[in-house]
Amino acid sequence: MAVGLRTQDLRKVYNSAPPLAAGGGFVQRADARGSKQTKTQVIALDGLSLEVHPGEIFGLLGPNGAGKSTTVGVLTTRVRSTSGQAWIGQHDVWNEQAAVKYLIGVVPQRPNLDFALTAREILVFHGAYFGLGSKIRNERADELLEKFKLTDRANQMVRGFSGGMMQRLSIARAMMHDPQVLFLDEPSAGLDPQTRILLWEIIREYNRAGKTILLTTHYMEEADALCNRIAIVDHGRMIATGTPAELKSSIPGGYLLRLRFAGVTPALVEKLQSLAGVREVHASDSGADVYADRGGSLIAEIASVAAATGTELSDVHISEPSLENLFLHHTGRSLRD
Amino acid sequence: MNWKTFFAMLARDAQVARRNAVQLLFQTFLQPLLFVFIFGKVMVGSGYMPAMYKSLLLPGIMAISMVFTGIWAVAMPLIAEFQWTREIEDRLLAPIDIRWIAVEKVVAGMIQALVAGLMVIPLAWLVLRPGVEISVSEPLVFVAIVLLVAAFSACGGLALGCSMDQQHIGLMFSMVITPMIFFGCTYYPWSALKTFPILQKVVLVNPLVYASEGLRGTLVPQSPHLSLVAVLVALVGFDALLLMVGLRQFDKKAVT
Repeated sequence: MAVGLRTQDLRKVYNSAPPLAAGGGFVQRADARGSKQTKTQVIALDGLSLEVHPGEIFGLLGPNGAGKSTTVGVLTTRVRSTSGQAWIGQHDVWNEQAAVKYLIGVVPQRPNLDFALTAREILVFHGAYFGLGSKIRNERADELLEKFKLTDRANQMVRGFSGGMMQRLSIARAMMHDPQVLFLDEPSAGLDPQTRILLWEIIREYNRAGKTILLTTHYMEEADALCNRIAIVDHGRMIATGTPAELKSSIPGGYLLRLRFAGVTPALVEKLQSLAGVREVHASDSGADVYADRGGSLIAEIASVAAATGTELSDVHISEPSLENLFLHHTGRSLRD
Repeated sequence: MNWKTFFAMLARDAQVARRNAVQLLFQTFLQPLLFVFIFGKVMVGSGYMPAMYKSLLLPGIMAISMVFTGIWAVAMPLIAEFQWTREIEDRLLAPIDIRWIAVEKVVAGMIQALVAGLMVIPLAWLVLRPGVEISVSEPLVFVAIVLLVAAFSACGGLALGCSMDQQHIGLMFSMVITPMIFFGCTYYPWSALKTFPILQKVVLVNPLVYASEGLRGTLVPQSPHLSLVAVLVALVGFDALLLMVGLRQFDKKAVT
C-alpha cells in the first residue's frame, strides 16, 4: 500500500547560517524584539504546503537556496520546523519519528556514508538498524551491490570511492530497508549524463514497485523527464504546482521571446502588446520578455514595430514552452541565477 | 524503545573497534605503561621514590587509562561523524529516538573504558612487581566505582565531543585533559595536597580526583584516600550532570 506525504504551512527560520546541505534561503535582517541589535535570520521556508500522492514521482524544483533541502530535512525528521506540520502517510513527522523513519529512505545531497565501514558493511548494518534478520539483510545487501555495480568493491572502505560510486552506494543504502517513500536530494548533481540516465531508470523502476518518490532538482530536464507532478518553489514559497504539461501550458502563450532593444519606450510596449498572439509583455530598461502563442513568425512584426517607435531590435531569443520559462514567468529570474 | 536498533549500533561500534584494535591498544596503553615504568620502576628502583609509591601509582594510572579511553572513544568519533561529512546521519535516520544514539555511544565508550581499566591492573602489576600490594576488600564498592568511572569518562566524552569542532581537538587536550590529569590526584593521593590548602579545595571540582581516589580506596585501602561515600556521591553527581549536558548538546548538533 503506497504512502503519500504532505506538509502544511511549513515555516523554518534559521537563526544562524543553515547547514550546508540545506542550501541558503535568503538572508533578511529582522529586528529582534526587545533588543536594539538586529539579528541575521535566514527564512528558508515561508509557509510551504504541499501534497504528494501515494505512488507518484514528485519533483521539487527551484534554484539554490529555494528551501528544497530544508523541506526534505523537515520531512525526514532532520530539521525541526519553526511552525507548521508535516506528515508521512498518517504519521506526524516530528511526533512519531521512529514510525516515520521505517517508511522513508533518504539519499542526501552530499554522500554521508559511514567512513569507518566497508561498502558491504554499510548496507548490512543499515539493514540491522532497521531490524532486518541476518539472512535477509545479507541477501539484500548482495543484491543491491550487484544492481548498483559495486560488487567488486564490496569489501573496500568507502573512503577511496569516487563521487559517483558514493552516490550509488547512498541510493542502495536508502533502499536497503525497502522504504515506502524515497527522498532524493539533488540526486544527479555532479553525475555524468550516462550515469544520470541510469539513475533515472533506477528511480522509475523503484516507483513501478509502488513506491512514492520525492526528489529535488534544479535541472528542468530532470523534472520534466521523471516527475508525475512538480512543485516550483522559490524563497521558501510554492510558486506553482501541477504536472509538467499543465505547468507548461500555464505559461501565457507558451512561447517566450526575450528581446533587446536600443531603448524601451512606453509606446513600444503598448504596440508590442497589441500584436496578434502576444499574451503578456514584461518590459525592462533595455528589453522585454514577450509571452506569445507563436515564436519566429512574430519577429518581423516586432522589428517593424520597433522601427516605427524609433528604436531598433538588437537581440532576440526564442524559447519553446518549458519549465524554465515558467520559472522565469513567475519569478522574473532564471532558475540558474 | 527499539533494542534491535540499539544493539545493531553497538555491533557497528564493536566492528569499528575491532578493525582499529592495534591502534587502540597503543593509544590506550603505551603512555600509562611508560609512566608506570619510569615512575614505578626507574624512580623507585633508583631510590628517588619510596617503594610504597608503586601501590599509590597503580590506581591513578588505572583512572587515567579509563578516563582517557572513555573520553577518546566517545568524543573523537562524534567529532568526526558530526563534521561536514555527517557520517552519523545513517544512525540519525535509524528508527529510534535519537537520544538513544547518544546513549549507545556512552555504552560503547563505557565498555572500552572498562576493558582499558581492567587490563591496566595485570599489565602494571607485571611491570611493577614485586612490591605492589593490591587487595579488593569490598568487591561491590569496587565494581560500583569502576562502573561509575567508566560512565563518567564516556559521558564526559559525549559532552566534549558534542561541544567541540575538529579544529579545537588540540585545545581540548591542552586545556581540559592535561590539567585534569595533573590535578586529578593520579600520581599522588589527595592528602598529599594538604600543604597547598587552596589547591586542595580547588581540585575537588575535578571529577578525575574522585576516580583516582575511589580506585585507590578500593584497591589499596591501606593508603590515604578520600571517603568512599563522598567518592560515590560525587561520581554519581558528575555522571548525571555530564550525561544531561551531553544529551542536550547531542540534540542540538543532531537536529537543525
